[in-house]
Amino acid sequence: MLDVINVSYDTQIPNNVGLSQDRKVLKALEKWHPGYIDWWNRLIPQNFQESMVYLRTAVSVDPKGWAKFDYVKMPEYRWGVLLAPQVEDRVIPMGEHKGKKAWQEVPGEYRNMLKRLIVIQGDTEPGSVEQQRFLGLTAPSLYDMRNLFQVNVEEGRHLWAMVYLLQKYFGKDGREEADDLLIRSSGSEEAPRMLGAFNEDTPDWLSFFMFTYFTDRDGKMQLESLAQSGFDPLSRTCRFMLTEEAHHMFVGETGVSRVIQRTCEAMNEAGLTDPYDIGKVRDLGVIDLPTIQKKLNLHYSLSLDLFGQEVSTNAANAFNAGIKGRYMENRIDDDHELQSDTYIVRNIVDGKIVAEEVPALTAINMRLRDDYVRDAAGGVGRWNKILEKAGIDFALALPHEAFHRQIGVFAAIKANPSGDIISEAEWSANVDNWLPTKEDGAYIQSLMVPCYEPGKFAGWIAAPKVGIDNKPGDYEYVKLHMA
Amino acid sequence: MNKPLKQHLIDPEICIRCYTCEMTCPENAIDHDDNNVVVNAELCNFCMDCIPVCPTGSIDEWRVVNDAYSMEEQFSWSELPEQEDLGGDEAETGLEALDETVAALLAEAHKGAGGKSKAPVSAPKPTINLYSLSKPIEAVVQGNYRLTDEGADSDVRHIILDFQGHPMPVLEGQSIGIIPPGTDADGNAHLPRLYSVSSPRDGERPGYNNVSLTVKREDKGLCSNFVCDLQKGDTVHVTGPFGATFLLPDDPDARIMMICTGTGSAPMRAFTMRRHRKAGTVHGGMTMFFGARSPESLPYFGPLKKVPTTLLERHLVFSRQEGQPKEYVQDRMWTEKASVADMLRDKNTHVYICGLRDMEGGVEATFTRIAEEIGQNWDELRNTMREEGRYHVETY
Repeated sequence: MLDVINVSYDTQIPNNVGLSQDRKVLKALEKWHPGYIDWWNRLIPQNFQESMVYLRTAVSVDPKGWAKFDYVKMPEYRWGVLLAPQVEDRVIPMGEHKGKKAWQEVPGEYRNMLKRLIVIQGDTEPGSVEQQRFLGLTAPSLYDMRNLFQVNVEEGRHLWAMVYLLQKYFGKDGREEADDLLIRSSGSEEAPRMLGAFNEDTPDWLSFFMFTYFTDRDGKMQLESLAQSGFDPLSRTCRFMLTEEAHHMFVGETGVSRVIQRTCEAMNEAGLTDPYDIGKVRDLGVIDLPTIQKKLNLHYSLSLDLFGQEVSTNAANAFNAGIKGRYMENRIDDDHELQSDTYIVRNIVDGKIVAEEVPALTAINMRLRDDYVRDAAGGVGRWNKILEKAGIDFALALPHEAFHRQIGVFAAIKANPSGDIISEAEWSANVDNWLPTKEDGAYIQSLMVPCYEPGKFAGWIAAPKVGIDNKPGDYEYVKLHMA
Repeated sequence: MNKPLKQHLIDPEICIRCYTCEMTCPENAIDHDDNNVVVNAELCNFCMDCIPVCPTGSIDEWRVVNDAYSMEEQFSWSELPEQEDLGGDEAETGLEALDETVAALLAEAHKGAGGKSKAPVSAPKPTINLYSLSKPIEAVVQGNYRLTDEGADSDVRHIILDFQGHPMPVLEGQSIGIIPPGTDADGNAHLPRLYSVSSPRDGERPGYNNVSLTVKREDKGLCSNFVCDLQKGDTVHVTGPFGATFLLPDDPDARIMMICTGTGSAPMRAFTMRRHRKAGTVHGGMTMFFGARSPESLPYFGPLKKVPTTLLERHLVFSRQEGQPKEYVQDRMWTEKASVADMLRDKNTHVYICGLRDMEGGVEATFTRIAEEIGQNWDELRNTMREEGRYHVETY
């Protein structure tokens, strides 16, 4: 019998989908595998490839088995194909097929729509690893380095997850799409990644933390809505990916927390009370709070763009088809068909931002973005608690959704962080107060010196409250290979 | 529900509200509002499915309470409340285990410390109750070796269990439960028997997911005979880990004094192996007073003699050695009183006593005399050490 809980290692590719009995897909994956390893090896600097990293690997998709920690060399990490256990008699939770049995094969009429969603999701996974490839060289601690690499290998595994779906369910085009996922490259002129935020630089660790907090959170929302899919293999894949994605949220939220914590500590030690006295705060070797706010503004606004157009027939079609649901669809108390419901969407009318009621079906993207904003605001509140506790008079805030947008209705206007529509001239005069400048970047870059001694942290970031896997503070999370 | 009860809580200062626990919980005992993620004490059955899936460690929090914190209270928190001082014996059981019987067993074993035990400050946070009577884990026996000579008057075994890739995050000093097969006279399954592990946290063999136990065959002992008769390849049902205070400090400067008899050597072996594997990074030494009737009946006699003396100063003491006067651990402690006194004065010293309950009286008396010699009151000194997580007793 096929063991769907425990991970089988009887092929080169760990899996719980019975690959060894699925020769065609196994062959396709094995053909794809060397290209993937080659991509990975070209990406991450060699001395890190040789280092022993304390990573978690899933040994089963049962809750007790998916977090087995051990030292692993990254190229030997067991990337695999892991799907959450199949729920018996699962039905399509939304749209016009609501209540019918979930599809185990691709429904012909939605083939292209499904493939496109999977390709877009798949494209983001390697994109972020590419963006983060050099961060190990400036890791503020071995703890942080380990977290970076954990994020990287799991993004790699998420790519595998999408590639499996493409190869298993989409035949020749699926295989071609899988190959293209390794050809496109973040920031490339000829073949960039598909979404803008995945072509931006991740030049420093604060960017990395902001990226994992804000941009990976978009990933989480997308996975949550794909986990509702009536196409059961996609749903099961995404459900398991979400457990891994939670770690990325953790790295982002606690990373930013620790930066704020350290800034507060340094200010209090030096008796500084004015958070806007940037020069003096920077003299302490920590990142000043206004710069942290600017970084937040940047990453948040780039991430909002990932939700696409506020009113979208594509999103309506995907929902109606039962292919992509809403965030926590099962907790929403409505008919899950939305044929006659409406939803409030912001639009620009006569140079003003106004709320408009539109058919809820067309506002699926908007709704997901609203859920995202609520989710993202929670962490900002928790960051502010650190400032409060330290007695520093400063509060971080999410900028208005109209601020610094390239996609959607707000792309047409300029708005300040409070959401007031402003002129180009006013924007140009103030943009340096709202978004990180070259000088800000250079200052942060100047702090990015590696700290590789177990238990030690670079001066601009505080130690974490709890170790990974309950390990003590001076645990050697990465045994560095010194060539 | 029995009072006081142990309540599962989530630390709102560490939780990132990813809701992975909520999606994982098979009992739907976890819920969230805009502020917090909380556990419903009426629904949580301690299955522990939420523990490994949490990316932050915030979910592994427990409080002993008379009345469970309601969901509403938990929703309003911005930090966890301190453990209330409930007084009374029940609260003394602390959080060594989640089920009453195991907690009571450990409380009984630890009572020789003269008060509520505390873990060393630098000990890592232990995992407890990952596997329970209703959800045990199956382990495969990798080996069963007799530790005492064939002719010796006791049959002590070194049993190695393999967990086949399933997590068993057990720390030195913690115990696991073995469930003997079959049922009792009333037809109920037997309760697990606790055994302190004798291997360090990274496994009997480093990096292998295995654990060793040191088990003495007891006359008519249901579980000990079952365990001592296990053959390679047999399977056993295991619960645990249990125990949250009798733990090794991670502080490299900590000095360790170990006093044991018989199978009380199990945690001491684990401590010694842990420190051996960390050799070069630990500075505080280890001293061991280990008593047995004769070298033939002293578990690990051979291997112990091979541990470098720079790591472990050992005093193997025999009460029935031919041609020698009877000597007990407390006698040797008295002979070595200068070095014992030196350790007692040092704030870095941690004392561990493990073995038969009989040994407690003699060891206490000797500590009292040595403390007097350095002008200290033993009860006060012991209470201070215990309060600081530096004095640990596990006797049976």
